[in-house]
Amino acid sequence: MSIEVIGTYAVAICLLIGAAFALIGTIGLLKFNDSMTRLHAPTKVGTIGIGALLLASMIHAHVFADGSMHELLIMAFLFVTAPISANFIAKVNIHRRSCDAPPPPPKDDTWSTLNVPEADRELAEPEKV
Amino acid sequence: MTAATDFMNIAIILAFIAVALAQVLSMVRLVIGPSVGDRILALDTMVVNAIGLIVLLGIAQGSRIYFEVTLIIAMLGFVSTVAYARFILRGDIIE
Repeated sequence: MSIEVIGTYAVAICLLIGAAFALIGTIGLLKFNDSMTRLHAPTKVGTIGIGALLLASMIHAHVFADGSMHELLIMAFLFVTAPISANFIAKVNIHRRSCDAPPPPPKDDTWSTLNVPEADRELAEPEKV
Repeated sequence: MTAATDFMNIAIILAFIAVALAQVLSMVRLVIGPSVGDRILALDTMVVNAIGLIVLLGIAQGSRIYFEVTLIIAMLGFVSTVAYARFILRGDIIE
């Protein structure tokens, strides 16, 4: 067992794990029955799947070429931005009332995206003013 | 070495099939998605799966030239997801 053989097997196993995670995340996106539940599957599982594919690409570069760590940049960027976009999509779901009942906020009266400011209250509910 | 290389080639083909199937399934959610949030989420998933497909193409061809493509698509996907969500939330992208 030379180092090339072990590296080749590591590339293959990382590829299989990453592709399986990406596929399972998308099946979860298709099968779940609520907008907020659907948010869980691709934003976490799919990101880990792409991370495993990038790890396979890095090992492949180290085994078959002179190596590169550039994929760490993409991995870090994806892992940082996936929760931010998931948070934005959750805010869209609360704003459009796609989820049945949003959970009670810890401190304030309501979620800030549902809070109509003072100047716009006439536009939102003209009969109450 | 030849058994390991055969195993890796089969793994590359299986990974291509799985990620392409994931791309098609998220396209189904993009079409049938009942709310706007589901459609934004499906577009975000499609961008992430497209990054995976390009990474797989780079492994299969053994070339390093797809790195910049992947990075730019990752940045563009994040910015477009945030722009869609901002547009739904505020009715405007840059206030």
